[in-house]
Amino acid sequence: MKLRDLAHSRTGDKGNTSNISVIAYRLEDYARLEAAVTVERVRRHLGALVQGEVVRYALPGLGALNFVLTRTLGGGVTRSLALDAHGKCLSSAILDLEIEASA
Amino acid sequence: MKRVRLGTGAGYSGDRIEPAVELAEAGDIRYLVFECLAERTIALAQQAKRRDPAAGFDPLLADRMAAVLPACRRNGITIITNMGAANPHAAGAAVAAVARSLGLGPLRIAIVTGDDVAEIIRARQDLIIEETGAPVASLGDSLVSANAYLGAEPIVRALKGGADVVITGRVADPSLFLAPLVHEFGWAADDWALMGKGTLVGHLMECAGQVSGGYFADPGYKDVPNLARLGFPIAEVAADGAALITKVAGSGGLITGATCREQLLYEVHDPARYLTPDVAADFSGVTITEAGPDQVRVDGGGGGARPGSLKVSLGYGDGYIGEGQISYAGPGALARARLARDIVAERLRIIGLPLREARFDLIGVDAIHGPELSAAAAEPYEVRLRVAGRTHARKDAERIGNEVEGLYTNGPAGGGGATKTAKEVIAVQSTLIPRDLVSPQVHMMEVRP
Repeated sequence: MKLRDLAHSRTGDKGNTSNISVIAYRLEDYARLEAAVTVERVRRHLGALVQGEVVRYALPGLGALNFVLTRTLGGGVTRSLALDAHGKCLSSAILDLEIEASA
Repeated sequence: MKRVRLGTGAGYSGDRIEPAVELAEAGDIRYLVFECLAERTIALAQQAKRRDPAAGFDPLLADRMAAVLPACRRNGITIITNMGAANPHAAGAAVAAVARSLGLGPLRIAIVTGDDVAEIIRARQDLIIEETGAPVASLGDSLVSANAYLGAEPIVRALKGGADVVITGRVADPSLFLAPLVHEFGWAADDWALMGKGTLVGHLMECAGQVSGGYFADPGYKDVPNLARLGFPIAEVAADGAALITKVAGSGGLITGATCREQLLYEVHDPARYLTPDVAADFSGVTITEAGPDQVRVDGGGGGARPGSLKVSLGYGDGYIGEGQISYAGPGALARARLARDIVAERLRIIGLPLREARFDLIGVDAIHGPELSAAAAEPYEVRLRVAGRTHARKDAERIGNEVEGLYTNGPAGGGGATKTAKEVIAVQSTLIPRDLVSPQVHMMEVRP
């Protein structure tokens, strides 16, 4: 199954840094997200889109993970050559991650 | 326990106007806050002010004020906004003109200034740019603006002075909402827990519709009713900082735990250290509880001592971006778009264009997430080639679009809908400035009856 079946996501930008939240629809799925959506997994999935560091913050009380990706936005929205200069569509890329179907 | 109701009238400069009117008329609110100043907007506004000393504030200010002032005056609602951008004084005069033309005096307008720190930055060329680690001096003559993020304090001062409308330039977004809470409840500026709770409310509210169902819908997964009539949020805040997020009954959109969780993490890095001029806010222990339809309780924000320095946005000229686009459709569209892309890449080499950076996208294929994630996708019916490049000179930027447009008569078959643009780039980087170098000021203007 896709991460999209378990979680929703929103991307924010500050300068050249992007943050992507991954939020469980049901709190009981949080442990699965925590195990499956690792820093390594996110880095591999996004590949060349991420030029800098990937840091993960865990918010178990909210059933959420927050990924912070530095040097990801082509210098930031004010100077990027990208069509999606904010990187707002990155949330949709994350939700396409394949997750093991069994808990 | 005393409660105060705040509404958000706009979450960005171009936001819809009717939801603010709806809040002023039917929201039972005491404050209406318009957040209209993005990272780059203030640098562009500084440029506009340089060309015309009466310009440099939000272009929709007069329209927004004309729309909401009558109901705000009738219902005793105070307006707080950063629509002053680079020219809060001129913005204040524009609001006064609207009030006079509508016969809405008496009106007391407070102007908050002191965020423009360009002179201080020019004298402190040793300050380090956060993104590059180089000193401010490295920007040389390209620096066009420097604006410090002010906190809630000068807005609180304006409210104490009886302001009906508070107009600021660069103020941290959540501070626009924290200020009326500090004023109403008499919170101490060094009560970090309360500053954190008020900042949490501000952070949830600052993007307007993004907490009430906007930017959330994903059909079949997250359905949101009536987005064409999206209601903007109301925060009903108690004196202990606990808040209920809601909206006008019957408006479109949706407020649930999920919409609030998405907005809570929006543009946040370490949730335990969300830095503003007012506090190092801690969102790590926040609780979000659904209390009824479109009613969500938010509590558990915390905080520690505010940072000793203020963030400054440095706007600087960064050359030009030229862009061209052209579409291909039907059988073989992708192959023709790829051929077109390769032709333009070769043309840019042949004409010897001094490009600092270039990018070739196939819109519908790889423009957003690049070639890796899209590799396995099926071939689309139509594709749009986009070529974008960074140059030092405008005339070089213009040649990029010209080379794409030239595909009409020189490129593959069936190209259509070519467009081209060239724009000057005002980029933004940031630095930190010692707090004591910045002195926010409040000026009062009166509109007589």
